[in-house]
Amino acid sequence: MNGVHDMGGMHGLGPIAPEQNEPVWHAPWESRVFALSRAIGAWGRWNVDASRQQIEQMPAADYLRVTYYEKFLYGMTENSIRHGLFTREELATGQPDPHAPKATPPLTAAQVAEVMLRGGPKTRAVERQPRFQIGDAIVTRNIHPLTHTRLPRFARGKAGVIIARHGAHVFPDSNALFQGENAQPLYTVKFAARTLWGEAANPRDSVCLDLWEDYLDPA
Amino acid sequence: MTSHGPLDHDHHPEHSTVPNDTALRVKALESLLVEKGLVDPTALDAIVEYYEHKVGPRNGARVVARAWSDPAYKARLLADASAAIAELGYSGAQGEHMVAVENTPDVHNMVVCTLCSCYPWPTLGLPPVWYKSAGYRSRSVIDPRGVLREFGLEVSDDTEVRVWDSTAEVRYLVVPERPAGTEGMTEEQLAALVTRDSMIGVARVPAP
Repeated sequence: MNGVHDMGGMHGLGPIAPEQNEPVWHAPWESRVFALSRAIGAWGRWNVDASRQQIEQMPAADYLRVTYYEKFLYGMTENSIRHGLFTREELATGQPDPHAPKATPPLTAAQVAEVMLRGGPKTRAVERQPRFQIGDAIVTRNIHPLTHTRLPRFARGKAGVIIARHGAHVFPDSNALFQGENAQPLYTVKFAARTLWGEAANPRDSVCLDLWEDYLDPA
Repeated sequence: MTSHGPLDHDHHPEHSTVPNDTALRVKALESLLVEKGLVDPTALDAIVEYYEHKVGPRNGARVVARAWSDPAYKARLLADASAAIAELGYSGAQGEHMVAVENTPDVHNMVVCTLCSCYPWPTLGLPPVWYKSAGYRSRSVIDPRGVLREFGLEVSDDTEVRVWDSTAEVRYLVVPERPAGTEGMTEEQLAALVTRDSMIGVARVPAP
C-alpha cells in the first residue's frame, strides 16, 4: 500500500538526532514489548510479512507519532486478536475468558538462546529458474497494490542493473496475505542516484535494493 | 494506539517521554498472556537478557577486526557473509542472510531500511533510535551526502556513495576502512576501535 511507512525520498519528516551512549531500551516496557512479540510469534499464527503489513495499516498520523516499540505493540496486539490468541474483550478487561482452556507456551526460557540463534531463513528450494543474470538491465514494475509490498514507491518504473542474486526467497506480497510463500528469485538491483532523483544527484552515487523477480521486467 | 496523550514531538518523537499508560497497558497485556498460558514469563526474561547481553555492535566489531587482520577471512566474509559471521558464533533472527560491503577510497557504503527499520541484529544488536527515525529512513536514499554531513562525515565527490535499502530479508554489514596508525595492533585492539555507526556506514573508524 502507498502508506506513510514508504517514506524513502520524502522531505520534512524531522531530524535524525543521534543519541550518545544510547541504551538498548529507553524504558523497561520496551524490553517487555520486544520479548512479548518474539514469544507470541513462536505460536506461528502469522509471519514477518503479515507483521509488517499490520503495522503499515496503523493510521498514518499515529504511525508518525509513536515509537518503534509502540508499533510492535500495536502490530502484535492486532495480529493476536485477528488470529485468535485472545479477544478484544479479554484485552479490555485484562481477564482471560473463564471458558477458554489454558494454553502451554510454545517457547520456554531454556529454548530461547537456541531459537534466537537459529532465526528463520527465508530461502526456499524451488524449481523456478532465475530469469535474470548479473549485469542484466531491468526496469521495475509500476505497481500500486493496496496490500503489502516491498517495492518502494521511489523505485517503481525505474531502470536498474542486477548486481547480485540471492536464490529464491519467500515473496512478501503473497505471504503477508497468507496466499502462499510463492518463493522466487531475489536480486540486488543497483539504480543510479540520477535515475531516481534527477540531475541534482551526484553522478557517481547509487541506491541498491533487494527486489523479487515479480517486481522486475527486462529493460 | 490513540488513547494516550500527545507525545513531545517538536524535536525527536522517538526520544519522547512515553506516557505511563503505555507501560501500564504493556503490563496488563503481559499478565493476560501469562494467565492464558500463551507466553512463559521466564522466556520473556531470557529474551530480554539475550538482546541486552548476547547481541550488540561488539559482535560486528569482532567480525570487522577479523577481516582487517586475516585476508582469507575477509575474502570469505565478502563472498558469503552469513557463513563467515557464523564462524565467530553470530547468527539468527534478522541475520539469516548477511551481506558484507566494504568501504574503499572509491566506494562509501551506507545502510538504511526505508520501509520499516530492518537491521542486522546478530552483529549490531537492536537498532538505535536514529536509525528508526523518519528523518533517516526518508532522506538517506535521496540525500545520503547531506545525511552523512549531519553525522559529521564529508565524502569526496569522487567517491561513490552507495546506499543499501534493506527491502528484503538480506541484512547488510559495512566493513569500514581500516584507519592509518593501526598497523601491528591485535585483533582485540582493532575491535575496540570499531564503532556501531561505522558498520552502518554513517561514520569512519577514528584513528587511534
